[in-house]
Formats: sequence, structure tokens, C-alpha cells
Amino acid sequence: MSIFYLIYIEFMIRINAPHWLIFALWHLISFIFIAILLVITVIILVLFERKYLAFYTRRKGPNRVGTYGCLQTIADAIKLLFKENIEPKNIDKMIYYTAPLLVFSPIMTVWFLIPFTSGIIPFDSSCSLLLFMAILSIPILATLFAGFSSGNKYSLIGGLRACTQAISSEIPLFLCLISISILSGSMNLDSIVKMQNDSIFQWYIFPNILGFIIFFISALIVMNRTPFDLPEAESELTAGYHSEYSGMKFAMFFLGEYALTFILSAFIATLFLGGYNSPMGFYISDLLNLPIIFQEFLKNIEQFIWLMLKTGILILIIMWIRASYPRLTTEKTLIFSWYILTPLAIFNIFIMAIYKLLRSIL
Amino acid sequence: MEVISQDRILDINIGPQHPSTHGVLRMVVSLCGETIININPIIGYLHRGLEKMAENRTYLQYLPIVDRIDYLSGFFCSYAYLNGIEKLLNITPSEKAKYIRTITMEMNRITSHLLWLGCFLMDLGASSPFFYAFIEREKIIDILEDLTGSRMMYNYYTLGGVKRDIDIDILNRIKEFSDHFETALKEYEDLIEGNPIFLSRTKNIGLINKETANQYSITGANLRASGIKKDLRKDSPYLIYNNIDFEVPVLNNEDSFSRFVIRIKEMRESKKIILQCYNWLINHIKDEEIKSNINFMHIKPEGKVISEVESPRGLLQCIIHADGTKKPYRIKWRTPSFYSVQLINNLAKNYKLPDLMSIFGSLDVIMPEVDR
Repeated sequence: MSIFYLIYIEFMIRINAPHWLIFALWHLISFIFIAILLVITVIILVLFERKYLAFYTRRKGPNRVGTYGCLQTIADAIKLLFKENIEPKNIDKMIYYTAPLLVFSPIMTVWFLIPFTSGIIPFDSSCSLLLFMAILSIPILATLFAGFSSGNKYSLIGGLRACTQAISSEIPLFLCLISISILSGSMNLDSIVKMQNDSIFQWYIFPNILGFIIFFISALIVMNRTPFDLPEAESELTAGYHSEYSGMKFAMFFLGEYALTFILSAFIATLFLGGYNSPMGFYISDLLNLPIIFQEFLKNIEQFIWLMLKTGILILIIMWIRASYPRLTTEKTLIFSWYILTPLAIFNIFIMAIYKLLRSIL
Repeated sequence: MEVISQDRILDINIGPQHPSTHGVLRMVVSLCGETIININPIIGYLHRGLEKMAENRTYLQYLPIVDRIDYLSGFFCSYAYLNGIEKLLNITPSEKAKYIRTITMEMNRITSHLLWLGCFLMDLGASSPFFYAFIEREKIIDILEDLTGSRMMYNYYTLGGVKRDIDIDILNRIKEFSDHFETALKEYEDLIEGNPIFLSRTKNIGLINKETANQYSITGANLRASGIKKDLRKDSPYLIYNNIDFEVPVLNNEDSFSRFVIRIKEMRESKKIILQCYNWLINHIKDEEIKSNINFMHIKPEGKVISEVESPRGLLQCIIHADGTKKPYRIKWRTPSFYSVQLINNLAKNYKLPDLMSIFGSLDVIMPEVDR
């Protein structure tokens, strides 16, 4: 148990709080903390992406609202919040309104599984990898719902594309998770991270480089990012599955996409790049002579920074790809993922199993 | 071919307002899944009656309108129109005027191709090349703005020459631009040409074979990408093109990719022509005669004439029927995009929906030119 939890329990027992409250409040606190964190990250991410693309194409990017445009995303969100609710004629009302909700809530749930630091693991489960697989399939359903209920042909094609793409991309993605499970012998994310803690060479990217590449590409497909942004291909389908959504409903899809980008990057960092572990093998806070509580606190902050740094680098690569690559066609995406990614991912499981066996013998 | 039952076909309306129809083309596309069964291009959403307008205007009054026929290459339309009148009136522009016309037209060709490059890549889903192309395009447009006073609707040519003389400052800027243009072209090639996704989207897609090209009377870069070496600048040189050393790039692959390569090569050739014109003009900076002394307002030509020019999109013809009055009896424009747009059903049939954008984008169709 983390030191925070112990302090919290100590405090709650001293004020004579009932048992159920201690338990419920802890979850509530972590929920609020994580939810706020997600919203802030997404806001920063949207701005960062716009600034990065501007930098890449030698423009200035947003620079009107706030210093260097730092409040631009907030201004955009406020604008979208006040937009009129436009309801197209031929919609299937219930499904139409469920879709934007469905896109954001599962993503939020997946967010809880990530061990942010050794002390902050919002939802520590012995089968968090399995949960990750299960919950990650839900946002695709939202895309499908949006495409089918909008009563728009462009949306319909976008929804169909999202559906075919999801099936083909999630299989290699999940097969890579199996290879990680084989390496770590666990489905618990925290223990996966702890196995990678000694040095940079303990990171799973080193034995499992193939798995890392496959996971990264499949994650790009799941995120609907360029070059796989087919469901919302602007030049073909105007806005794809969310053509008929405006205002806050659109913002949900938009934020959901960015949140998914962030979360999947954090997952890649957790699974392959050692998660919150320091690449140096030690923490700066360990070197200082401080009382244990402060030291633990500083260490947690440091771990959080490491995780965010690794995630940030991955996101930078994703944005780089977006800035420089054209879009693939549906056909080629499917061929790529069924004929190349999936067989390679299966092959990778065998390699990892043999690697594990050899390591246990030698 | 197997027969597809009617209930499996989805008719989808692409355009007139759509990000990748380059203006206001409307395409009624029949899809089976994502496979295109049939495309019915519908034009006319940008019809401004430019041919009819000629009939109730004097020759001078019609001159500024001519630039609007193709807003991306206004110089070519102006030249085609004025060259026709000059032929009827037996006016020969001075040597310097010819060189100025050539240098501006070639710069215009580069701007047009650059815009095409950006839009084509945008259609394929890459956003950055659009901005890169516009950085260079902006430089040329700035030069042309200082020379002509306008950024796109130049209205710069006049009877027997050009309206304003070119000065040493502008010539130096042109030189500076063309010296640096090679690095920009290299950058586009590095970014685009080797990209596997770009290759997979364009190679062996949208094949125009020689027969089809001739049947549809395709001209310009689209024709040259199909292996037919036809360029008016070489075949029947106008202006000063026979004094100038340049090549006409030809490729035999017939696909979208070769149309991309051809246009990049053409920009290189245009740059060569610009440099040669610069060398001539810098030596003849003192020449005064840049236009004829005939009063444009009172001309009354008579006869029929066809005047041609190799525009960025192909063969542009202006057919003038003059009846000896102040106003033309009839003016007919033969614009190259009008012929390219008809190809779309032939080319994109049986391809997938995303390929439609890559094929249509590669044809370099400009809607105002189609509708006129």
C-alpha cells in the first residue's frame, strides 16, 4: 500500500469516520483527481498539437487568446458549450444522443487503470490488462452509433469504416498485450511496471521491440489518427461519422479523440517504456536526506514527471506522423493490419515465449 | 462484369460544396460498399456567362474579365485574348514585351502548379505540403503584386505588350526567387515523392492511356504523363519560346503519380525559362517600347481568329469572331479543364471512394475554367 493511503487511513481513523466512508471517499478523491487531470491534459494536448503543427508548417498557430494562445482551447470549449443544439431530421434520437456520451466515459474508465506513480494507482486490479482490452472496445461502438444514427450518407460510410478498422486493429493490439503478459507473468499493470524498474534495459521495449512497433501502429489505427484517420477523412467524407454533430456533442467526440491519444500513449509508455520508472535507475529524491514522508512525496512527483515525459515523446511522434503523412485508403489499412500486423503479432508471441523460457533456463 | 442489384447501391452526392471538389463541382457517385459503380459529374455551378458578356462589351471592357476565366493563371487567358486581337490588327509586340509576357506567364505557371501540389496532397490527407507550397507561392505573388498591382486578377497585358515596364528591383527579386526555388522543390520531393503511403495512393491509379487521352482531347501535363509529347511551346512556338532552351518532360506511366512528377519537373523547366528571360531582360533594361500606340478603346478588328496558349492545365484557346464593330461578335473559350473533368467517370470507375479524390486531384481541374 502506498504511503498516501496509509496517511489517509490514519487520518480517517483518528476522526472516527465510519468504515464505508473511508473506502468510498478514497475512491471519490482519486476519481476527482484523475478526471480533472484528464481534462487538463486534453486541453494542453489540443493546444500543443496546434502549436506543433504550426511550427511544422512555419506558422504561428493560435496566439490571440492569452499569452501565446494558451487559453485558446478553453475559449473554444466555452464557445462550443454555448452553441445551439442542432438536431437533424432523420436521426435515431436515442442512439444519436448516446454516442457522444459513450465516446468519453469508457476512455475515462481506461484512464483509471494507469499506475501514475508507485503511490497513485486509481484502480489497482489483478486483471487490469483484460479490463483495458474490454473497455477499449466501447468507444468504437460510439463511432458506429454516430455513423448509423445521423441519417447522413457520409456519416454512414464513416461509421462503416470505423467498424471495419476497429476489428482489424484491435486484434494485433490485444495480441501484443498477450506478449507483455508472457514477459511479466502478470496482468496487473502495476506489477508490469515494477518488473521494469531496475534500469533502462529492463524495459520491455528491448526484448519486445517488434511488439512495441505493432502496438504503436495498431494504437494509431484505434485512435483514428493520420495516416489511419479514415472514419473522419476530411477530403472524402467532409467530417465522417460526426458530420451531423455540433456544439458540445461535437466537442465530446473531439475531446474523446485527444483523450484516447493521450491514454494510449500513456499505456504504451507503461507497457513498453517502464511506466513511471526513472530511466536512470534511481530517483533524485532518493539522494536527498529528507524525512521519509517528504521523500516519498517527492519521489511520487518525480515518477509522475517521468511518465508524462515518456507519454509526451510518444505523442510528439504521433503528431510528427500526422504532420507529414498522407492518409491510407480503407482497403490498404485492412490489408496492412490483417496480412502484416496480425501474423507478426502472433509470431511475436512465440518469440516472447521462447525468450522467457530461455531466460528461465539460463 | 457482375450485375449488382439496385438495393445494394448507395447514391451519394459529393459537392457542390465539398472540401475536395476544388470549387463547385457536383459528383453523383453510385457506390457499392466503397467501390465506385458510376460517377456523374455535374458542372455549371460557377457559370458566369463570360462568353456571352463579351458580346455586349467593347474589346477593352472585356479585358479585365478575361482574368476571371481561370483565376489561377490569369496571364494565360489575357495573353490568349490579346494575341487574337493582335493577330486581327496585325500588331507585333516589341521584343521586350514578349520577354516580359513570357517571364510573367512562367511565374504564373509555377504559382498554379504550386497551388495544385498543395491541394492534391490535401486531398490525400497530408496537410503540411499545402503550407509549404504556399510559402513559395506567396513569394511569387508578392513579386507579381509589385509588378502588376494585383495578386491574382492581374489585368497587366495590353494591346501590343504590357501596361507597366519591369524594373531592375523586380528583376533582382525574380532572380533571387528562382535561385532559391530549387531548394523548395527538393524539399517537396523529399517530403512527398518517397513516401510509401503517397506512392500507394497514386501509383497505378487513374490510368489515362493514349487512346483515352486522345478521345477526350486531354492536353497539358495530363497528356504528357500518358506518354504523348505535345506542348504548344515546342510544337508551334509563340512569343520567344524558340529562343529559349527548355525541355518538355514526358512520362509513360499514365498514372496519378506520373502526373505529380510531370508537374514538379515542369516547375523546374519554368524556373529555367525564367532565368533565361531574366538574363535577356537585364541586358535590355533600357528598352522603352513595351506596348503599341494604337488606342485600345477604338479598335474595330474584323475576321475570325483562333489564338492558342499552353496554360498550366493544357491547351487554352480563344476563338474570336470579330465583325468590324467595337464589340466582338462572339468569343469562345476552349478551356483544358473542361475536357479533363469529363474523364472522371472513365478513370475512377471500379476504384474505391478514397481513390476518387486522388484521381480527381491529380487532374488539376479548376472549376471557374470549366464553367466560364
